[in-house]
Amino acid sequence: MIMEGGELPWLLVNEIGGIRGILHSHVPFLKKHFHLITMKEFLENRKDVGKKVQAIYLWWHKPVIDKELLQSLPNLKVIANSGVGMDHLDLKLVASFGVKMANAPRAVSSSTADTGMALLLASARRLVEVHNISISQSMEYCEADILGVKVTGATLGIVGMGSIGYKIALRAKAFEMNILYHNRTRRKVQEEQAVGATYCKTIDSLLQQADFVMLVVSLTPQTHKLIGKRELELMKPTATLINISRGAVVDQEALVAALQSGVIGAAALDVTSPEPLPRDHPLLKLKNVIITPHLGIKTDKATYMITEEAVENILAALNGLPLPSEVLPS
Amino acid sequence: MFRSKALSLLKLIPLMSGQSNLAYKFTHPVTACHGHRCHRSVIYKQWYRTCPHSAGRRTISAGTKVMAQGELPGVLILDIGGTHGVLEDLAALLRKHFHLITMKEFLGNKEEMRKKIQSVFVFECRPTIDRELLESLPNLKVIGNSGVGVDHLDLKMISSFGVKVTNTPNAVADPTADIGMALMLASARRLVEGCQIAVSPDTKYFAVDWLGVEVTRATLGIIGMGSIGYKVAQRARAFNMRILYHNRNRRRKEEEEAVGAHYCAKMEDLLQQSDFVMLVVNLTPETHKLIGKKELGLMKPTATLINISRGAVIDQDALVEALRNKVIRAAALDVTYPEPLPRDHPLLNLNNVIITPHIGTATVQAIHMMAEEAIANILAVLNDQPIPSEVFPK
Repeated sequence: MIMEGGELPWLLVNEIGGIRGILHSHVPFLKKHFHLITMKEFLENRKDVGKKVQAIYLWWHKPVIDKELLQSLPNLKVIANSGVGMDHLDLKLVASFGVKMANAPRAVSSSTADTGMALLLASARRLVEVHNISISQSMEYCEADILGVKVTGATLGIVGMGSIGYKIALRAKAFEMNILYHNRTRRKVQEEQAVGATYCKTIDSLLQQADFVMLVVSLTPQTHKLIGKRELELMKPTATLINISRGAVVDQEALVAALQSGVIGAAALDVTSPEPLPRDHPLLKLKNVIITPHLGIKTDKATYMITEEAVENILAALNGLPLPSEVLPS
Repeated sequence: MFRSKALSLLKLIPLMSGQSNLAYKFTHPVTACHGHRCHRSVIYKQWYRTCPHSAGRRTISAGTKVMAQGELPGVLILDIGGTHGVLEDLAALLRKHFHLITMKEFLGNKEEMRKKIQSVFVFECRPTIDRELLESLPNLKVIGNSGVGVDHLDLKMISSFGVKVTNTPNAVADPTADIGMALMLASARRLVEGCQIAVSPDTKYFAVDWLGVEVTRATLGIIGMGSIGYKVAQRARAFNMRILYHNRNRRRKEEEEAVGAHYCAKMEDLLQQSDFVMLVVNLTPETHKLIGKKELGLMKPTATLINISRGAVIDQDALVEALRNKVIRAAALDVTYPEPLPRDHPLLNLNNVIITPHIGTATVQAIHMMAEEAIANILAVLNDQPIPSEVFPK
């Protein structure tokens, strides 16, 4: 939408291109709707630029939204996030400035569910280990090094049955997996039946029965270190823990101990705290762990859809319309 | 799966001396089998036909014992444990129903052992079944293969000795379909590369412009829609994939509709439209080098080729060239020829290739199921009962 004077609204982003910035392939689309301003340009001319910024597009959690920044953007109306997780934002603080917030739940769900399944299968069938054996110069290995465990017919416990968790259930059903789930609220009966999922009122019951435990919760004070020593000990010694939510949902030290002592069988982590882990972290050395660099939504299509969803939310906010995916402080 | 230590695997198997290092010679009665695991993908109809009296799944149970005299029937195996032998716990399973005789025991005492052997349990293509062996086992009734692929067996020759051959189509289907999906997802999302980045000592950050390709709603082209191909389709459907398939015979309409699969009478059409091409055919003279330079050229430059059938279905040299020149995006291979590849093979150095050591059925559960299915088949033959999965020469 065009502002008075025919100018496009000003959108603040952290940077463009490089290892952290907005993807170059998204820039033409953004420039159709906005006048793009980077943090560098803003910092060079805070007063003049600050007044014009009406929206921020957070790309991989940047720029960092703090009181100082909010105070220097008097006309800021909306912050749109490139993803669904909002744990990096102080929702109350932002709301106190009268600024709306939006995330991108539709764009992320399929891609993230795919990542969860990719990790489950790779871990169960020891894909990374055996690939490394296949291409190694020495080719020394024995039988036990390549036998994995079955996926078809195994039991999957989904912790967190939101959009992403549900899409995982849909995929797992096609592998004839026995699906258990634990969630703050129980899903409707028809939804459960459509994926053949059984509700576990307590997480304990899920942990005790599952061959694969997949964490698909958002990070909140309640889910911080949701999986610790106690929960790991409830799991089967042959079970695999898969985390596609946030690193902080798992007590990492307890996880290391559990993996080292055979309390659980394996882990597959798309998220850790921090990302990346320090290079001397014990998780990097364990043979029964796969770590991936936050693949979650890292595909050409998903990232583009995220930007589209963010733009949709921003334009709605600037036009005084309801936001498709507004996030309110709880 | 193969379990040799170091490069000694590349030595030819003694019984196979005279075979070249290249792949299969289909006009030659004895096919080369350089240690590869012969667990096949599809129940195929070309080289053999299933017996019209086959009992199918109903009779899969290894409960029946033989031998009125109280002696268990003899089964010949290559070895127990070690590089190429059956796993220890499989040996225990076999011992419940058979008198287990290893090749070493047989060769060390041919006169006494030869009459006792009524069956052979072939595990990962071993022991090799040649004319000499068949001539020395007068009471041999059945060769029970662990796995569905029997391209390593000369069915005509074996049949000429009045010996039956059985395979294990039921045990292989699910785990092999799972591996097909695992490879597709791992390749699309660059999982192996990603793991390397995640643990590399040089990694300081995770670049946000490091991307894979989407699986959900992409187009999957399945070449070979037997049991395994169909199970792949069932799984892929849950990812909202658009499914095309090419097969010698078209499936029934209800079967197509159940998985949302569209038939491509011409393989070329499938190749041109697919984001992922998965090979799930059995190896026959017709499917040898099915995918060559021309076929790779028809694929999209953004497409991924996944092979869970047999290495020789692909022209490997053409594949290397196509990957190097970005004619296709990537490949994920559970099978190659030979298995394993020589250590200086170009496929090992391309970063857009995932190679796994023929792990299609490499799960604890599948190995046991295959053994049980083979045992049930062998016992059915020895007890003159309906045979669950006999294979015949064409």
